[in-house]
Amino acid sequence: MSIMGAINPVLTAGLDGDKSWRLQDYMARGGYAMLKKVLAEQIPAETIVAAIKASVLRGRGGAGFPTGLKWSFMPHSLSGDKYIVCNTDEGEPGTFKDRDLIHYNPHAVIEGMAIGAYAIGANRGYNYIHGEIWELYKRFEEALDEARNAGFIGQSILGSDFSFELFAHHGYGAYICGEETALLESIEGKKGQPRFKPPFPASFGLYGRPTTVNNTETLASIPFIMQMGGEAFLNLGKPNNGGTKLFSVSGHVNRPGNYELPMGTPFATLMEMCGGMRGGRKLKAVIPGGSSSPVVPAETIMKCTLDYDSISKAGSMLGSGAVIVMDETVCMVKALEQLSRFYHEESCGQCTPCREGTGWLYDIVHRIEAGEGRAGDLEILLRISENIAGRTVCALGDAAAMPVESFVRHFRDEFMYHIEHKTCLVPKEAQWAGSDFYCAEA
Amino acid sequence: MLEIEINGKKAEVPEGSTIIEAAQLAGVYIPHFCYHRKLSIAASCRMCLVEVEKAAKPLPACATPATNGMRVFTHSALAVKAQKSVMEFLLINHPLDCPICDQGGECQLQDLAVGYGDTKSGFAEKKHVTEGKSAGPLVSMREMSRCIHCTRCVRFGQEIAGVMELGMAYRSTHSEITTFLGRAIESELSGNLVDVCPVGALTSRPFRYLARSWELVGHRSVSPHDSIGANITVQTKAGRVMRVLPRENDEVNECWLTDKDRFSYTALHTEERLTKPMLKQGGKWHEVSWNDALDYVAHGLKDIAANAGSDALAALAAPWATVEELYLLRKLMRGLGTDNVDYRLRRQDFSLDGKYVGASWLGMKIADVRHLDSILIVGSFLRKDHPLLTQRLRHAVQKHHAEINLISVTDDDPKLDLYTRQNVSPAGLPLALAAVVKEVAQIRGVALPELAFVPESEIAKWIAASLLRVKHKAILFGHVAEQVGTAGFLHQLGLKLAELTGATFGFLGEAANSVGGQLLGLGKETNTRQMFANPHQAYLLFGFEPELDCANPAEALTALKGAKMTALFTPFKHAPALEYADALLPLAAFTETSGTYVNIEGRVQSFAGALSPVGEARPGWKILRVLANTLNVPGFAFTGSEEVLHEAWQEAGVSVDAEGFASGLNNNLAVTPALTLPPPEEMPEGALERIADVPIYFTDPTVRRAAPLQETSSAALPDARVCAATLARLGISAGNTVIVRQGAGTARLAVAVDESVPEGCLRVAAGHPLTSALGGMFDPVFVERV
Repeated sequence: MSIMGAINPVLTAGLDGDKSWRLQDYMARGGYAMLKKVLAEQIPAETIVAAIKASVLRGRGGAGFPTGLKWSFMPHSLSGDKYIVCNTDEGEPGTFKDRDLIHYNPHAVIEGMAIGAYAIGANRGYNYIHGEIWELYKRFEEALDEARNAGFIGQSILGSDFSFELFAHHGYGAYICGEETALLESIEGKKGQPRFKPPFPASFGLYGRPTTVNNTETLASIPFIMQMGGEAFLNLGKPNNGGTKLFSVSGHVNRPGNYELPMGTPFATLMEMCGGMRGGRKLKAVIPGGSSSPVVPAETIMKCTLDYDSISKAGSMLGSGAVIVMDETVCMVKALEQLSRFYHEESCGQCTPCREGTGWLYDIVHRIEAGEGRAGDLEILLRISENIAGRTVCALGDAAAMPVESFVRHFRDEFMYHIEHKTCLVPKEAQWAGSDFYCAEA
Repeated sequence: MLEIEINGKKAEVPEGSTIIEAAQLAGVYIPHFCYHRKLSIAASCRMCLVEVEKAAKPLPACATPATNGMRVFTHSALAVKAQKSVMEFLLINHPLDCPICDQGGECQLQDLAVGYGDTKSGFAEKKHVTEGKSAGPLVSMREMSRCIHCTRCVRFGQEIAGVMELGMAYRSTHSEITTFLGRAIESELSGNLVDVCPVGALTSRPFRYLARSWELVGHRSVSPHDSIGANITVQTKAGRVMRVLPRENDEVNECWLTDKDRFSYTALHTEERLTKPMLKQGGKWHEVSWNDALDYVAHGLKDIAANAGSDALAALAAPWATVEELYLLRKLMRGLGTDNVDYRLRRQDFSLDGKYVGASWLGMKIADVRHLDSILIVGSFLRKDHPLLTQRLRHAVQKHHAEINLISVTDDDPKLDLYTRQNVSPAGLPLALAAVVKEVAQIRGVALPELAFVPESEIAKWIAASLLRVKHKAILFGHVAEQVGTAGFLHQLGLKLAELTGATFGFLGEAANSVGGQLLGLGKETNTRQMFANPHQAYLLFGFEPELDCANPAEALTALKGAKMTALFTPFKHAPALEYADALLPLAAFTETSGTYVNIEGRVQSFAGALSPVGEARPGWKILRVLANTLNVPGFAFTGSEEVLHEAWQEAGVSVDAEGFASGLNNNLAVTPALTLPPPEEMPEGALERIADVPIYFTDPTVRRAAPLQETSSAALPDARVCAATLARLGISAGNTVIVRQGAGTARLAVAVDESVPEGCLRVAAGHPLTSALGGMFDPVFVERV
């Protein structure tokens, strides 16, 4: 179990049993009660959307867009197929929360999707699951079978006139397919490349039909919001940052893993729950919201609370809540090289600034790391980042640019040292000591 | 209309315009690569980023809709910075070796780099290199490192050519445009890829490294290879045609060309060109002077006319001969006292001669084809016979789900989504079409007792419903429907169906000047079939090769071999003609003569010669003029082809309107359509019905000699295609070699199983030397084991 701790848990409450993912277990926890209620009482779609709006549930995939507002974009009057799509294409370095939801609480996702479909008028749904977590794809299929057999999805659900077919679809591991329009292309059987927007999926989505794409955690929260009411969910967190959220902590802490915390919990509390820094070393920096969010130095992040607004004020993003913790043994050039390589390899290659820029960024960072840095490299890096950001079809370009800019800004001395001395400012011995691999070898 | 301001200039633009379209209307150029006005929007090159008031980020002009009151700045600091940065990105992995690039001088990237790039780049890393690919004889993909991934070629394939032969594989800088698993590009429109590619990645293989764009002189011309008369620019250098490019005309070919139009020039400067007149004397061929050659032909004609009467003379011209040539040929023959002239070489049924009200045509403008909602096409190898019309149909299907119904004789893939398709034997066409007529008549409550016996069919119901459901509809006849023995009856059925449904009735058109020939009234008194079936003593053959371009090569050859004199006007040395001809007169190629074609929509298109004829070859109208002078036929004092055209139209009573369309186009008949089905032709015991297509690169003498086209898979050797059931009945296995026999003519062909060939039929292509001894294209055929 990689859900390591929680405060006032919602999504992860009661998941301690080893059959928590089974339908029976979920129903024993009160699962599907909300779907039943919605259908039995024929709660109007607007009421549901209003509740979600009141909860200030913001998209958990990283962008933080208010879910209720997104749902309200769906054209209700339009007849024909409409889709709700769950984005479980969790591929960003540092992010590993949705897989645990699918692993331990898949029925919450299914119920959330069914209620969502009801609220936005969708008749079909897909859950697009990252290609590299095949077991979880199979698990979700099993959960779907259970739900289907119990009549929670399918035709005339629970005797109502609401029909909703839900399917699982697995990708093949391309990061770009987590971008909602690339994901839709991928479901359609095409190469996963983002579409130019507008039109947005709500008007031209899957197979050209109105579609809403939500993150797994977002959809899993829906039944609970329905249960406790929008206000109550909001009050779990803080104003404009409703509810609880999963944080995936990785890096140099003693107890890495997923933590569910109310929005607005101090970062220091999370660090405590993680058992503090490994080996008692000093915290150097944190990437608070997945690899595409700007890095934040230790002193700044320790003053933050975990919510969209506070992290944003600190110059970064809460993103998907993937907290990458780095201690003093980390060479920031090496760390950026890893990130830049990722974005270079994962750029879909469609639009010029991202295709060419991400490769160029990686080339330079790699060169600096390899001791071949040149004077002026940092200026070129910053210029490239600036030229990528805001000029691409999708947000991957921004995601590739932001780490570069923040790493250079906060840790310029390390980069300069690398260029001038052809080696790391952090002594190699310290880096080795901080790395379990080298320790094991020694 | 919307009002929008671009760089302070106000412009009124139609609702739904994008910024780039609006800018074009306002006369402001916005740099771009991936945008192409005929293709869908990709918005991926980012070169067209512009500043829009109130937008935080620069926006791609190609994909951003113009809105009322929008203020756009294409040269603001924000826009220029974005454009410069995109140009820098495009160039970092692009080889900067323009002087050795084939595209140099006509490269969009080169031009825009000068206009919008910086003189220096910060890039000092290794460039990414992409391996070249081999993509067949027409398009070179040798230098894919030059690719800027605009995906125009990919979109062209999907949207225009109807076949996705190119795709972008891999991601990031590893992205590369590639064919699927190393296949060749086989689309009949593939040359357009060279045009849509903005850089030197996709280049023309026949043209590569032969000339620089600034050395070339362009000449406006018209393609002679199919019925639409694609507008072309013939580019020459030092007396040679170096390449042919489309001349944009949205009404005709848009900005596209078929590969046939584009690459046929490769036949023009080959060893095979006939450069001097030749005469056969005492069984031996000699090169002679024009005087001697024309004297010989003139004497021959005179003697035969004097001895056997002028009805012993016959003249046949290619349907791609110009209006001027056709007119002068008939005038010459009339001067000799006969009307024996025809150009309808592939027809078998002339029963409607004398009953046509006007010239058979498309029935509408070419540009209107894409507005059709329901179309019934009868008897056509659609994609290979009419690539650009098919492209317009494809557009209609893609844009507004037009319903295309195809009744034809094979299942050849038209690469467009068909609503219905029915595959019948050529002899079955009348019944299949009659079933539709009957169905429509029933729905309309019209009694058609003649068709009472026609069996009902499910497909006919679908077609009828489709035609009756929509407003814009047409019934269009292809080559097969014009060339089978029941063509006249089919025409009458088509007219009836058009009358009952309110659809437009038309023809897709056999050749570049089929309409022109009919407007001139050629073939009213006699026809090709008569001229070959009843051997004549003298034949003038103008611009074609009888054993390859006629409906019944065996019959033609028999007639020619028995003739006292055969003179062939031809641009090429033609080996088989050395047997049956007595005189070979070097004719100028289509680029070397002035002339006029009337395309299938009745558009009169005149063109001038792009360059002087090769050797002593001469434009056809001039040869005919001198021949007439030699014969003392009066009325041949023309000094220019325009004079010939003027007289031709005057004589035929044809006027040409201000837009360039001829009068006298009419598909109606002077008789009420007779719907009584002709009795089916008796099939001899053991015979199969032949289905003959003329494969796309065998259609005329020029195309047949274009080496790059002959290397494509579309120019594969003809084989004998037959369905498994028929094959089993014959007791032959696939892969066997068989003797295919029609009358005395035979061909040795490999047998291939093809389930798209209707039962009881044998598909053997025409237009190829291998099958040139055979008989009629749709006549009975026998298969014998070797």
